[in-house]
Amino acid sequence: MSFTRQSVAALRMLIVLTVLLGIGYPAVVWGVGRVAFHDQAAGSVVRVDGKVVGSSLLGQDFTAADVFHSRPSASSYSGDTSGGSNLAASDPAQVKAIADRQAALVKDGDLPADGLAAPDALTASASGLDPDISPAYAMDQAPRVARASGLSETVVTKLVTEHTSGRVLGFLGEPRVNVLDLNLALAAARI
Amino acid sequence: MSETLSGLLTLTVLLGLLAATHAPLGGWMARVFTDDKDWRVERAVYRAVGVNPRSEQTWRSYAVSVTAFSLVSIVVLWAMIVLQKHLPFAQGTSGMGRSTAINTAVSFVTNTNWQSYAGEVGTGPLVQTLGLTIQNFASAAVGIAVAIVIIRGLARQQTHELGNFWVDLVRCITRILLPLAAIAAVVLMAAGVIQNLAEPMTIHSLAGADQQLRGGLVASQEAIKELGTNGGGYFNANSAHPFENPNAFTNLLEIFLLLVIPFALPRTYGIMVGDRRQGWTLLGLAGALWGLSVALTTWAEVAASSGVAGSMEGKEQRFGTWASTLFAASTTGTSTGAVNSLHESYSPLGGGVILTNMALGEIGPGGTGSGLYGIVIVAIITVFIAGLMVGRTPELLGKHIGRREITYAALYTVVTPTLVLAGAGASLAMSGPKSTMLSHGPHGLTEVLYAYASAANNNGSAFAGLGADNPWYNLTLTVAMFVGRFAPMILVVALAGSLVAQKKRPATAGTMPTHTPLFLGLLIGVALIITGLTYFPALSLGPIAEALS
Amino acid sequence: MTFNSLLKALPESLAKLDPRHVFRSPVIFVVWVGSILTTALAVVNPSVFTISVTIWLWLTVLFANVAEAVAEGRGKAQAASLRATRTETVARRLTRTGAEEQVPGTDLRVGDRVVVEAGELIPGDGDVIEGVASVDESAITGESAPVIRESGGDRSAVTGGTTVLSDRIVVQVTTKPGESFIDRMIALVEGAERQKTPNEIALTILLTTLTIVFLVTVLALQPFAAYSGKEQPVVVLVALLVCLIPTTIGALLSAIGIAGMDRLVQRNVLAMSGRAVEAAGDVSTLLLDKTGTITLGNRRATEFCALPGTRTLELARASYAASLADRTPEGRSIVELATTNHGVEDLTSETTMESAGAEFVKFTAQTRMSGVDYPSGAQIRKGAASAVTAWVRESGGTVPAGTMAIADGIAGEGATPLVVAERVGSSPAQVLGVIRLKDVVKPGMVERFDTLRAMGIRTVMITGDNRLTAQSIAREAGVDDFLAEATPEDKMRLIGEEQSGGRLVAMTGDGTNDAPALAKADVGVAMNTGTSAAKEAGNMVDLDSDPTKLIEIVAIGKQLLITRGALTTFSIANDVAKYFAIIPAMFVGVFPGLKALNIMGLHSPESAMLSAVIFNALIIIALIPLALRGVRYTPSGAAAMLRRNLLVYGVGGIVAPFIGIKLIDLVVSLLPGMS
Repeated sequence: MSFTRQSVAALRMLIVLTVLLGIGYPAVVWGVGRVAFHDQAAGSVVRVDGKVVGSSLLGQDFTAADVFHSRPSASSYSGDTSGGSNLAASDPAQVKAIADRQAALVKDGDLPADGLAAPDALTASASGLDPDISPAYAMDQAPRVARASGLSETVVTKLVTEHTSGRVLGFLGEPRVNVLDLNLALAAARI
Repeated sequence: MSETLSGLLTLTVLLGLLAATHAPLGGWMARVFTDDKDWRVERAVYRAVGVNPRSEQTWRSYAVSVTAFSLVSIVVLWAMIVLQKHLPFAQGTSGMGRSTAINTAVSFVTNTNWQSYAGEVGTGPLVQTLGLTIQNFASAAVGIAVAIVIIRGLARQQTHELGNFWVDLVRCITRILLPLAAIAAVVLMAAGVIQNLAEPMTIHSLAGADQQLRGGLVASQEAIKELGTNGGGYFNANSAHPFENPNAFTNLLEIFLLLVIPFALPRTYGIMVGDRRQGWTLLGLAGALWGLSVALTTWAEVAASSGVAGSMEGKEQRFGTWASTLFAASTTGTSTGAVNSLHESYSPLGGGVILTNMALGEIGPGGTGSGLYGIVIVAIITVFIAGLMVGRTPELLGKHIGRREITYAALYTVVTPTLVLAGAGASLAMSGPKSTMLSHGPHGLTEVLYAYASAANNNGSAFAGLGADNPWYNLTLTVAMFVGRFAPMILVVALAGSLVAQKKRPATAGTMPTHTPLFLGLLIGVALIITGLTYFPALSLGPIAEALS
Repeated sequence: MTFNSLLKALPESLAKLDPRHVFRSPVIFVVWVGSILTTALAVVNPSVFTISVTIWLWLTVLFANVAEAVAEGRGKAQAASLRATRTETVARRLTRTGAEEQVPGTDLRVGDRVVVEAGELIPGDGDVIEGVASVDESAITGESAPVIRESGGDRSAVTGGTTVLSDRIVVQVTTKPGESFIDRMIALVEGAERQKTPNEIALTILLTTLTIVFLVTVLALQPFAAYSGKEQPVVVLVALLVCLIPTTIGALLSAIGIAGMDRLVQRNVLAMSGRAVEAAGDVSTLLLDKTGTITLGNRRATEFCALPGTRTLELARASYAASLADRTPEGRSIVELATTNHGVEDLTSETTMESAGAEFVKFTAQTRMSGVDYPSGAQIRKGAASAVTAWVRESGGTVPAGTMAIADGIAGEGATPLVVAERVGSSPAQVLGVIRLKDVVKPGMVERFDTLRAMGIRTVMITGDNRLTAQSIAREAGVDDFLAEATPEDKMRLIGEEQSGGRLVAMTGDGTNDAPALAKADVGVAMNTGTSAAKEAGNMVDLDSDPTKLIEIVAIGKQLLITRGALTTFSIANDVAKYFAIIPAMFVGVFPGLKALNIMGLHSPESAMLSAVIFNALIIIALIPLALRGVRYTPSGAAAMLRRNLLVYGVGGIVAPFIGIKLIDLVVSLLPGMS
């Protein structure tokens, strides 16, 4: 078969594949999602009073003193272009960023002056949308949140513990605290 | 439970899953490519395309089909990307520049899936599903088809028939990739990966800021992205994005998906050449290289985590170090290039290991199909050098490795190092390309070297600090991807043509055994030494210099 | 290899610096270009380092040439001794009318007939078409025992330059002057016609691509180096390139090939092509002729079968007497059998009988009998049944019917009958009985076949014997298979079957009817005593005409390939250490951390680089003897061989340069300018 004839066959093949894989396959998966996994397929959306306030899968840029803060983000949790800093640990920009974040934590009262911060508190995630923080970072923030929100530290600490998820199936991944969930619970507790 | 124990358990479960699927999937794939019956849906496809599924092709004809299909795919995909602004479902995407569009089209057709655009900005759902998803299937199937051709070259004798490209392509999709992808997509979706057609929606978040919530047919794309060792993310953050990879379970599933076919193909090889032990050896090489890189990357990152800021920069909290390095070693070992953490933020040694993974030519275990034929090339080079030491002219599975065969195999090994070193060398010699680098010093060198290693070896992952969305990088990386994909492929098909015509020599006690642990050790040695020798100077100025300073 | 042979090779090695020659080895060509480049740099900008590197680069090229020249030198010596035999001869050409004319040997054309008599040199290759003669072929075989050449049959070929010792023969010339066997031999051993063999070409391709890869590596290193703030001097890059490309094997490759052919020549085997030598290594089926290869060419007496009316002791005595002067193994075995089994005491020796006036009759090709004549007139003869019975009838005697029955019975078992007859006075001769001569498997054959089996080589015994006999000998010798009552067609069929199964076949042959099989076999070794048709058909000729040598030929073929593989492995493995010497040296200035890679603790960057270059050159000289001798070869299975060679040349290849470069560095560091 000549190159031209092969190319015609190729074009036809591509059209057939487009129907099969480009339309049929995603549509079937979509259909299953609509029927069986509606919430997940739609993005695990979180509503407060019927209004969408976020997705439990996406972190948010909490900055107020009376809520738990998420990890630093290279994209400020804006959600338009995900991504991280790409900085190497040796990069001067990174060294400075770490120092700044450490100082900010101390200033916020999350950390004693010579305290050792949880690694996730000092570093930006890969996606810039990390919904989770480590239990250690959450605990570091608890006193400050209690002070600012007027709740007792015991209540806040208890909330953190309640919203700490262990490893998936007991061994996969890291223990973590979903910041949006925690802050929603915090808000509920304050009412 | 400690982090180490959790990591080791994860690894154990992954190995268990791969072990459990190795034989059934490997056997199934062998059946698929030796079956003499067509499924009804396949017959319909052949009729629509106008090919006779019973006709066999010579190596030239097969190579023409592969090239024609790929070139047509590139043109069509490029047109779709360029025209997407004018097509429905654009969802306000600003599209891509001309050089970015060429880069993207070549990238997805070559199974590289290097992305110099951000998924959220460059592509709407139409291009994602009608363009990229299809190429995720097709490019993986083309790779597997070429792997099957070299297997046939070794298994058959005294013929010129190497199978039919269109049949191999279609069967690979209908019988292997599509069923597996569909199951995986549903499981991913159940675990939280999105699958919707919602327009991007700006919400007022609980935090009080505006946040954009995006939709997309992600689950269906994600499944084949991993299964076909493609790696092009729906979103810019790729598998680090919570919508693509929401938790540690989906993370494990995705790692499993990207390893499952490359690790099962050696079984297919063993069955089709009629000696399963031969498959074990190839699996041994793939497994050893993968295991080595998992161990080294994890060790490097765990060691780095004791530093001031730990090693969590560019890693997600839900995965932590172990699940990130496991993903990184697997994605670079399989030519996938999806990432769940940012490779550029890795420690020098960790980043160096995953760079070496690609530099090895993607054979641990390599991409779908491309990994297997890459391993066969290593086996041929090994047999050629070491085989002489048993006092016979070299042969693999009874096929003589003579002048033609070694020419193809040797040229294969020249292609990617040349592309990588020439590309990186040229970029570092010019001020323009140098100005878009994020890092400086040895880390910057690694950044650029990584880009060309990734492109030429069709991996697609990046030291993403590099500002690659400019004509220089877009076009030179396009050349690296294109030549790095099709030159080796055509050489492999030609090699198969030369092998298939030969008569098999029977194995005797005087034949060098290619199924023993000794030969496996030799394979590993040749793979490491040949690559090590090629890249050592460059690596010593990049990761090694950085690690030692 | 002595220092002398190195010295002798030097002028030739210098001549080989000619680019046209160097270009034949791409690896060495790259070194050559590099040497030119550094020479220019050394002239423009001289320094101890640049000059030293330049000198050692040139030495690298020179050493490669030395290797080749030494290998060729050994062939040249042999060629010279051969050429000495190619003296101007005067031929006695027969004209059409049958008259003789004197012409120079060089004027002979194919088809000319020449007369050669005792004491004369045969003027050209040809076939005997008339007469029988004994010929001294020591000029080409080195074997002093004369051989019989006769018209017709399988011993008709004669070689130009050999000497007729007795009788007169007429020879029909079969080759043109300048293309005779000796001419071809000279060309072969001189290496003038040497072409690269298929595997050598394939290996060259691999080495060339490796060279290209390293060229790219080194070229790309410069921008990397410049980016890192340490642009490298060109001389350093050239040094790095030369150290990385596989110079060791590149330099020794052709020497290995020449030496392999040479090893065959030393065993008096001429390979018509290098391809055949490589094929010998690949052989997986050996077709071996029974007689002379598996069994002793001469059979042994195992039984005296007396005719009715004759006592066995009487027959034994007569046989003893008739064989006393017979020095062939067969004759000896008859004497031995008579003494040990039949109590024929060693009363008389050959000398006492001779002094008593007995005359021994020697075996000749015409009579095909031997025996003894007593002074009393009594005669004893033993020999082939037809010859002895004819002798009996000639004397007026009759041959008892039982004679042929016994003889045929013995022959039917695959053994050989010798009939013994006696004539007393003038009465007719009478047959006494028959001696049974049986095949005896050569000592050590069972072990050899076991070894061959371990090497994966199947042995098939070819014999004209019947199935039963063949089977018993095959079993006794331990061959894997046999072909009984083999006709030339059977041989062809067997070769075809083996080859269609993908096996490479080697065989020996000497007769004209062996020619097609010799041509079809992958390795066909023609016996020098054979016909010219056989010699033309085969791709090797054994000057000793020893069929057992096939086994040695296989070993030589294997050794050639092993040597190539071992030195390639060694060469590539060497690179690891060179990197550890050179890379830290190049960049330690800008990345001090890289001194961790200087695991050899080399003195200074300059000394490290120079030491690597020197090692790279010296290793060539050091390995020339190995390349010429071939690596040690003990026949064994592939797995065992691989393990051993890998350990020696792979692991050794990684370790050796670490030690070598360190030692050289200790010396080099004493040079000025190596701070």
